[in-house]
Amino acid sequence: MTTFREPRPANAAQEPTTSEPLRPTTPRRLWGRPMLYTSYSLEMGLLNTRSKQVAVAALIVLGLAMPLGVPDEYLNLLAIGCVAAIGAIGLGLVTGYAGQVSLGHAFFIAVGAYTAAVISGNPEGRTIGFGVTSLFVWLPAAGLVAALAGVLVAPLATRLRGLYLAVVTLGLVFIGEHIFNEWRELTGGSGIGRPAAVPDLFGYRLNVSGPLFTRDQQLFWLMFVLLIIFAVVARNIARSRVGRAFTAIRDRDIAAGVMGISLARYKTVAFAVSSFYAGCAGALLFTISGFFTPNTFNLEMSVLYIAMVLIGGAGTISGAIMGAFFITLLPRATQFLPSVVPFVGAESTDVPNVFQLQVVLYGALIIVFLIFEPRGLFGIWLRVRNYWKAWPFSY
Amino acid sequence: MTEILQMISRGLGLGSVYALLALGFVIIYKSTRVISFAQPAFMLTGAVLVSYFTGPLGFFVAVPLAALATAALALGVERVAIRPMVGRPVFAVAIITIGVDLVVRVFATGLLGIDIRQVGDPWGLESTLIGGVEIQQRHIAMVVTTVVLVTLLFAFFRFTRMGLAMRAAAYDQEAALAQGVSVGAVFAVAWGIAGALAAIGGTFAAAGGSVEQTLGLTALVALPVIILGGLDSLPGAVLGGVAVGVLQELVAQYQYKFPSWLGGNVSAITPWVVMLLVLLVRPYGLFGTREVERV
Repeated sequence: MTTFREPRPANAAQEPTTSEPLRPTTPRRLWGRPMLYTSYSLEMGLLNTRSKQVAVAALIVLGLAMPLGVPDEYLNLLAIGCVAAIGAIGLGLVTGYAGQVSLGHAFFIAVGAYTAAVISGNPEGRTIGFGVTSLFVWLPAAGLVAALAGVLVAPLATRLRGLYLAVVTLGLVFIGEHIFNEWRELTGGSGIGRPAAVPDLFGYRLNVSGPLFTRDQQLFWLMFVLLIIFAVVARNIARSRVGRAFTAIRDRDIAAGVMGISLARYKTVAFAVSSFYAGCAGALLFTISGFFTPNTFNLEMSVLYIAMVLIGGAGTISGAIMGAFFITLLPRATQFLPSVVPFVGAESTDVPNVFQLQVVLYGALIIVFLIFEPRGLFGIWLRVRNYWKAWPFSY
Repeated sequence: MTEILQMISRGLGLGSVYALLALGFVIIYKSTRVISFAQPAFMLTGAVLVSYFTGPLGFFVAVPLAALATAALALGVERVAIRPMVGRPVFAVAIITIGVDLVVRVFATGLLGIDIRQVGDPWGLESTLIGGVEIQQRHIAMVVTTVVLVTLLFAFFRFTRMGLAMRAAAYDQEAALAQGVSVGAVFAVAWGIAGALAAIGGTFAAAGGSVEQTLGLTALVALPVIILGGLDSLPGAVLGGVAVGVLQELVAQYQYKFPSWLGGNVSAITPWVVMLLVLLVRPYGLFGTREVERV
């Protein structure tokens, strides 16, 4: 790739060309000129501007400090938000980057959740369990089993396009729901459920309040750190050869095929990676509540994740994270409504009640975002950023 | 033998409801290239409206009235949420229909309330003896209604100006536009027809029982049906619907002979499994046309 070279000294022309080849100088930033990149690697870096470095560092510090000042109830919600973000990033990779519409995310989340629950479950319990509670065992295992399920589905994806694929992945959710409802040794059965995976880090139980920190504080830290790891990995996949292949397939799959991108291979990779993320999210999601039933993994869950990706902004990692937090925090925010808007009731027996309003809000938000801001929350952020970047000029 | 015939009659009744719903999906798909996930909501709305109208007006007035009302609702939805999306990726439009479904379904279930509401059909669970086979009257009514509606639809597409315009728009939207076809009107009519079909399908799905909140799930069974028949094939939708209906009844009947590890209620997922198997062999369904792909 092109790199910046020091200009040769004037007398260099006389030197024989066989002397030592010019070596690229170490890339460096020039003070006061943030838009000038002196090397390709700098320009393509993860945090390629100073403001990004500062903002991300600030966000991480803020996130790590949050458990010390925020009440446990909200920490619990934010931890769920972190896990949902991992799942949404996974769906964003296959739907946002590779353009393969998947309504089957709930199925892969379920596969991960059950794998983790089985590995760490109580061997003497009512449901299957092997009693290996270490997080380092069940988390990768959940991801891998889900990824395997993704690879098994991929042959359909390579044969089908567009909405055909959407309906087929929807079928996966229905078939999965049936299997999970019926396989009682695994799932505990419909409406009954089973205990979720136990988060055990080097022998330390994170889901039990310790001497120093409460349960919710520990879980939030765990999920937050995992979210950072998963987000960075996803961002790196997105800007690598694989990620560029994904976007090429999304933009025009035949053209991508003509250019030598193996469609079958990269669609399989997309489904595998996305399912890996979904599996890990599923494994983690229920460690927070500690218990789950097979009825959770329905079409509604898939739609929720689609909503996260689209409201956040398809084809961006940060968008998926924003969307996940937005959708997870929305129900909590609507609970304040009855005190503000007089005609909305707080009980499920009232006629316009909070729960109805929540669903209407989900639906309306999906519609409004897709019509007016197809790039989602990320697009709004871009507008704000570009306004201030050029301020006081209009562009 | 009579047992099998009886089963098939039940399957035909169920299948004709699926066929009505599938026709709605296919009509929308043909004109707008979008699968409308809002059909379950329209189905529920139609059935709920019938349950309100049927008391004062009687069943046979209530059904067309509810169908018209649902069609009007679908027209409104199309105008507000779908028309601004013309020319945008079909996936985005499909997701918008999911949003529409969520919103409309809340209002429909709100209208439904917590009381048991019935569509008040005159058939109930009565049955008649035809050639020694006991057939439920509601199943006969379903089949007859579907045959009449399908004939009307085929006549509409074949003989009317609007039908011709819709076929032209389905064939090539831009060319139709250049010939003076109002593609906007085509979209609207497609949504209206689909809404009315969903309402009638919903009414028949609730006949003999009561209107449930989960009624919309029946409409989702029409999805494997249309994939099976081919997304853009009207005959495929009808045949697929009837085939899936009969198959589902057969599976439900012979459930007890299946190995127990399959679990109960296998018939609920039969359509999806059949869809997966057919798609592995024929990616565009049984009657669907293969898309011509250009770079």
